[in-house]
Amino acid sequence: MRPSCRRPEHAEPRKNARPVVAALLALGLAGCGAGRERADLVFINGVEPESLDPAIISGQPEGRLVMALFEGLTSRDAGGAIGPGMAERWDISPDGLEYTFHIREAARWSNGDAVTAHDFANSWERTLNPATTSPYSELLFYVDGAEDYAKGALGDFSRVGVRAIDDRTLRVRLRAPTPFFLELCAFQTHYPVHLPSIARHGIDWIKPGKLVSNGAYRLVEWRINDRIRLEANPHYWRAASVRLKTVEALPISQATTAFNFYSTGVADLTLDKGVVPPMLLDELRKRPDCHTAPILAAYFYRFNVTRKPFDDARVRRAFAMALDKGFIVARITRNGEPPAGSLTPPGIRGYDPPAGVPHDPGAARALLAEAGYPGGSGFPPVGLLFNSTEQDEEIAVAVQDMFRRELGVRIELRRQEWKVYLNSLNRIDFDMARSTWVADYPDPNSFLDCFVTGRGNNRTGWSNARYDELVDRANRTLDPAARFALMRQAEEILVAGDVPIVPAFHYVGVKLYDPDRIGGIVMNPIDEYPIREMFRIGGGR
Amino acid sequence: MRLAGAPLLLLAVASLTFLLMRAAPGGPFDREKQIPEQILRELEKKYKLDGPVHEQMGRYLWDVARGDLRLSTQYRNRTVNELIGQTLPVSMALGATAFAIAIVAGSVLGICAAAAHNRPPDYALMVLALVGVSLPSFILGPLLMLVFSFWLGWFPVGGWGELRQLWLPALALSLPYVAYITRLVRVSMLEVLGEDYVRTARAKGVSEARVLFVHAFRNAALPLVSYSGPLAAFILTGSLVVETIFNIPGMGPFFVNSVLNRDVFLTGGVTLVYSALLIAFNLTVDVAYVWLDRRIRLD
Repeated sequence: MRPSCRRPEHAEPRKNARPVVAALLALGLAGCGAGRERADLVFINGVEPESLDPAIISGQPEGRLVMALFEGLTSRDAGGAIGPGMAERWDISPDGLEYTFHIREAARWSNGDAVTAHDFANSWERTLNPATTSPYSELLFYVDGAEDYAKGALGDFSRVGVRAIDDRTLRVRLRAPTPFFLELCAFQTHYPVHLPSIARHGIDWIKPGKLVSNGAYRLVEWRINDRIRLEANPHYWRAASVRLKTVEALPISQATTAFNFYSTGVADLTLDKGVVPPMLLDELRKRPDCHTAPILAAYFYRFNVTRKPFDDARVRRAFAMALDKGFIVARITRNGEPPAGSLTPPGIRGYDPPAGVPHDPGAARALLAEAGYPGGSGFPPVGLLFNSTEQDEEIAVAVQDMFRRELGVRIELRRQEWKVYLNSLNRIDFDMARSTWVADYPDPNSFLDCFVTGRGNNRTGWSNARYDELVDRANRTLDPAARFALMRQAEEILVAGDVPIVPAFHYVGVKLYDPDRIGGIVMNPIDEYPIREMFRIGGGR
Repeated sequence: MRLAGAPLLLLAVASLTFLLMRAAPGGPFDREKQIPEQILRELEKKYKLDGPVHEQMGRYLWDVARGDLRLSTQYRNRTVNELIGQTLPVSMALGATAFAIAIVAGSVLGICAAAAHNRPPDYALMVLALVGVSLPSFILGPLLMLVFSFWLGWFPVGGWGELRQLWLPALALSLPYVAYITRLVRVSMLEVLGEDYVRTARAKGVSEARVLFVHAFRNAALPLVSYSGPLAAFILTGSLVVETIFNIPGMGPFFVNSVLNRDVFLTGGVTLVYSALLIAFNLTVDVAYVWLDRRIRLD
């Protein structure tokens, strides 16, 4: 929109109006802390955080900050492995159902209060309470009775399997042995929050000066779309090992802006995968400050199995076989992504994902003919749904061309704005849709659970009783090898049998930082980088 | 009369924005991970988006009338009042600087072009103005950055909080308007310069500079005054492009991002602020008219 101009009739000269600037200028620049000291570490964090409430957040930019501010019973080290956190040790019952956590004596909130077992029980109750509107509360459903409580079937929280025996002992009863439970305990949904300050400040409790946290850092400044500044928390139990005393997160989501900030030294580190300009990847990948590693995230296609023509497994398989994944990663994404046969990425220790459907256009044509569409003739019009980012568009165009060439099928591209796209996914209003899934914890279940019948993230209409049963049985199996064997069988059905989805590739994370200046970063598939482990090499800023 | 109509106009803007946002496909709670049905109902209750749409709108308008722009659905712990309160002053500081540059530089260049009518300086300025008008800020911004930050190293690539960080974005924001105002002032100056009173002034031996900048410009400034009202409203509420490129924590990006996020009340809030400023500046322009030209009367 451009302001319009009205031409007045001829007028007699009088006085000229002059704009007043100074006052406004002072107003806008005031309070921005001019002359502040540069933080020990400045990193680019992606979009402006929605919140810093562990029960509310769902994105990675929020997760990174919340992990610096809070700590669960367990915590992750630089390489992403699980170790002690607020709990110094724990006992697990032989049937794998009961965990007893012993909270360390030195566990303190940033205001000096002790972190107690009650804090955990009460915080979990808060997260499960529907009024808190936690989008992620289902990660607590592994606790016995938690799901019933969250869904209102159980009114009494004392019957949920989490109980503070005393201030320093927390007993958790699970509904099934959950081998990844200690991983979950290091995740934001399981963090404790300081309930007295929530009661006092309401929604403002996460603001600087009010937020009481129990992690390595405390919040000192938060200016919308500008910066978030953290300072080492002196009450943290291992405060002595925290080397970066001040840290600033810049909320920048535009890749070129982020890169400008990084390359002029305003920022030391980029942590979000979206903030490296794709067009520079070929060049950047040769540089020593560019660090890449596969992460537990998959790019895949969903089929709507509730309507023609993708209600026929042969058609879905034909499409899966015609998809040239190698082309997509070599020519479009160009970040060394491995083409994906399975939904679960490689890199989960002990799990060997199935191979999936091979790329075989000849077999694909035969299958399509068998399903009644020889050479693509008579194939109903179908659409490929994707959201409006440049790269997704490029991939969609390439995929459209593959299906036209290999199968003789013409698919229509349906590009939608993000929220509209998500809405279409939720309502299963599509034929074929591009999708992404990022693991919440390093276990195949984080991927496979999505496609269990009736799960909110299924979004295909697909249901397979045998699949459901295998996933369920796996999660009741204690022996890791036997459990993963069951998971593999389930995934085989998903990616090679019924094929309600076609995995395309697995993501590779990119971080930019000078390895001669910043240490304590270990590239890991969980894509979690605890700031308390980072340090500057040779001092200086 | 116009003053009395303003609140009604604002309520109409609020209703229309609300209705359009609710009618658009996709909602604030459509997330990457499906939100369970029960949580969805709680969210709708919390954000007062439950019940029939006309009731939702009624409650919203009542809140707006009392100055409560409600909670943002995207930035979960913030009210829209707080979001605007923190970002609008930043946009205004940047916008005011850009506005001043646009008015002053545009006027001076426009006067110079008119004075050199149909001679090389006039042509050069008009070509420059044409380039300025047609260069979008998403090209101008990075160009300025390339020259002044990467090559010369004079200014930082962005950010906010120091005076040094103000100039590049202010320039990127103002240059298209400098160009537009140059053309605007040139045309109206040319018209005025043909008037009798200008000839009289020259005949009386008034210096050429005084004729141009004082006698002629006072009259020629009238179209500029009417243009500056909407321009001020537009430029002070922030620019999506410039604020994004230079990572300036202003209000501009909310105009687009809040719509993409279906952040109903934030969209409502920024639209209201923009409308209020537009109304206020148009009123100011009308008043300025009367003050500049006694033959105009306010009805």
